[in-house]
Amino acid sequence: MTNPEPSTPASLYVAREPIFPRRVKGAFRNLKWWLMALTLGIYYLTPWIRWDRGPNLPDQAVLVDMANRRFFFFMIEIWPHEFYFVAGLLIMAGLGLFLFTSAAGRVWCGYACPQTVWTDLFILVERWVEGDRNARIRLHRQVWDGEKIRKRAIKWTAWLLIGLGTGGAWVFYFTDAPTLLVDLVQGTAHPMAYLTIAILTATTFAFGGFAREQICIYACPWPRIQAAMMDEDTLTIAYREWRGEPRGKQNVEGNGDCIDCMACVNVCPMGIDIRNGQQLACITCGLCIDACNDTMDKIGKPRDLIGYMALTDETRERTGLAPKSVWKHVFRPRTILYTTLWAGVGAGLIVALFLRSPIDMNVTPVRNPTYVVLSDGSIRNAYDVRLRNKGGDDTAYLISVTSDARLKISLEGQEGLSVTVPANETLSQRVYLTAEAGTVAVAQDRTSARLWVEESGTSNRVHQDTVFNGKAQ
Amino acid sequence: MCAKKVTPAKPGEVPTTGHQWDGIEEYDNPMPRWWVWVFYATIVWGIGYSIAYPAWPMITGATPGVLGWSTRAEVATEIKRFDDANAPIKAKLVETDLTAISSDPELMSFAENAGAAVFRTNCAQCHGSGAAGVEGKGYPNLLDDDWLWGGDIENIHLTIAHGIRNTTDPDARYSEMPKFGVDGLLEPQQISEVVEYVLKLSGQEHDAALATPGQTVFVENCAACHLENGAGDPALGAPRLSDAIWLYGGSRDAITYTVVNARFGVMPNWNARLTEDEIRAVALYVHSRGGGQ
Repeated sequence: MTNPEPSTPASLYVAREPIFPRRVKGAFRNLKWWLMALTLGIYYLTPWIRWDRGPNLPDQAVLVDMANRRFFFFMIEIWPHEFYFVAGLLIMAGLGLFLFTSAAGRVWCGYACPQTVWTDLFILVERWVEGDRNARIRLHRQVWDGEKIRKRAIKWTAWLLIGLGTGGAWVFYFTDAPTLLVDLVQGTAHPMAYLTIAILTATTFAFGGFAREQICIYACPWPRIQAAMMDEDTLTIAYREWRGEPRGKQNVEGNGDCIDCMACVNVCPMGIDIRNGQQLACITCGLCIDACNDTMDKIGKPRDLIGYMALTDETRERTGLAPKSVWKHVFRPRTILYTTLWAGVGAGLIVALFLRSPIDMNVTPVRNPTYVVLSDGSIRNAYDVRLRNKGGDDTAYLISVTSDARLKISLEGQEGLSVTVPANETLSQRVYLTAEAGTVAVAQDRTSARLWVEESGTSNRVHQDTVFNGKAQ
Repeated sequence: MCAKKVTPAKPGEVPTTGHQWDGIEEYDNPMPRWWVWVFYATIVWGIGYSIAYPAWPMITGATPGVLGWSTRAEVATEIKRFDDANAPIKAKLVETDLTAISSDPELMSFAENAGAAVFRTNCAQCHGSGAAGVEGKGYPNLLDDDWLWGGDIENIHLTIAHGIRNTTDPDARYSEMPKFGVDGLLEPQQISEVVEYVLKLSGQEHDAALATPGQTVFVENCAACHLENGAGDPALGAPRLSDAIWLYGGSRDAITYTVVNARFGVMPNWNARLTEDEIRAVALYVHSRGGGQ
């Protein structure tokens, strides 16, 4: 060992530094309150929206029906074979994130991510129970006396109740909400429902109450991916160091606008100092902007010492030029491309939704054997016709054939040419096509035929082309 | 890379690893302590798991684990669960009259699916996985409308349960065609004549000069079982000779071989290996493949 390590090596791991975000008022704080109300409102209320679909189908507007393998979203009903709609929505969500990230950086992290929203809610509860930053620091350092135990117990109980509500709302998406609520209260719901609620309660409690910024910094992959999507025109939060430095006492010759009041650090839920520049832990929630603007107003300096800007703005401002307008940052080839792709996938999904066939049928020719010789010398082919009744009522379907050759059609187990498929079920009906001895279809290798399915009593009619195998096969 | 850690000059700044790539340096941030605790927790979990479940390889197998869990036992439990769940409908399948089952969609659907499984396991070896038999080799095609021993559900059930011409079930259906050539019952000339007549019966090309005397030979020797018009008799398992379907081939050579040597197709009695509900299920499955009468 010619190069010994320093005599006191730095520890390989450190304890979490507790963070006590101070209360702040301002435009971004207000925006975050509204977004919190909106996102939590959507999350908690959606399962309770009703949507009438007739007597045999659930009347919950948004329902992931695992048991019947169905997804209901208002007027849209998705079956497993149409899962590409869900895949398409996920692609749209992904492209949407790309778009927002390239235009305005980590807006998802700062305003809409569940981890951020629930942490924000938990901090609000914390402030109600324990007071603002200074009171919380005092309580943190206090010995475990009656006051501390009481306040912690109240806070943790409130957090647990929120966690319970979070997990409780989640399970309502998977089964009829009012029925499940009654079952949950009476203790008769499926164990899986209780288990799901328990797990989500525990994770909400732990992540929102204790892990907080640790999730963003150590557990979440998204900050790393986002870094690759930001460029010099992406709006992000920055400190105008050329205006603020050197920081120090107000009205001292040579000092910048920053009076080092630490407001931006004290309000930060991530516990960072934005004046060190853009960094991994910053979720761009904008609270430091509110805090700094408040200070600037008090000391009579212009606002936006900390503000949203892009890297190109910094270069321009340092040379005394005005920053580019927000619209020029937002509308550029990259964001337009993302928007176009996003809209393209969306338009494709809508078109596909309207082009969905009213009757779902699929014809599989039976190839084992390719044909059967009957005693009168005629040739018979079999086809498995799979019919899916997506309606809420039992429906009769008429099956027929058109072909240049003379082919007789019959159905296994049915007297006529009609088959009834029960509501919400799939039925495989074996259909026979027979060519009489001596006709052209018997001798010919392959004869094309078209099988038709007509929904009885309506004009809905679909067809699928198939082939009839003759003896030359 | 022997880069040394760079400890910062100012306190509060993060040290770097000392590595540099194109001017980019790497911070040497310590790990969060809870992360390390999670790591320890996974070790504890791993030890506990390997005690509770089969884990450590030994000479004759792995340690069984104190919970006694095994995939084999899990499969056995699952099979039992399905058997228990199916018991009522199997009982219903056995109780219901064979001809009435097809009018009960639920029962019929169960029978067809269960029957398909039984067929694949027990019948497909001779009759083929698609039930098309083997043409010309004596394994009947079960999809067509020609049945040696009757194609209604009751006859199919009887055939499957007791089999054909076997020695293990006294109730097996039995008939035997004489070896007209080998045993000298017919002269070679008579055999040629009757073969031409059989070709004529099934509407194939034939020698009319031989077929005319062949009719006499047929009426005297064959019509007892195959009937005068060659329509056959399902009660005796005598094939219909007047149609387009041939169990052992319908060519002149194949028919001649059959007349000279006779044929003796055997099918096992499945009541020895299958339960009544399985036999009923596979009978219904076969009946619903397109040929059922």
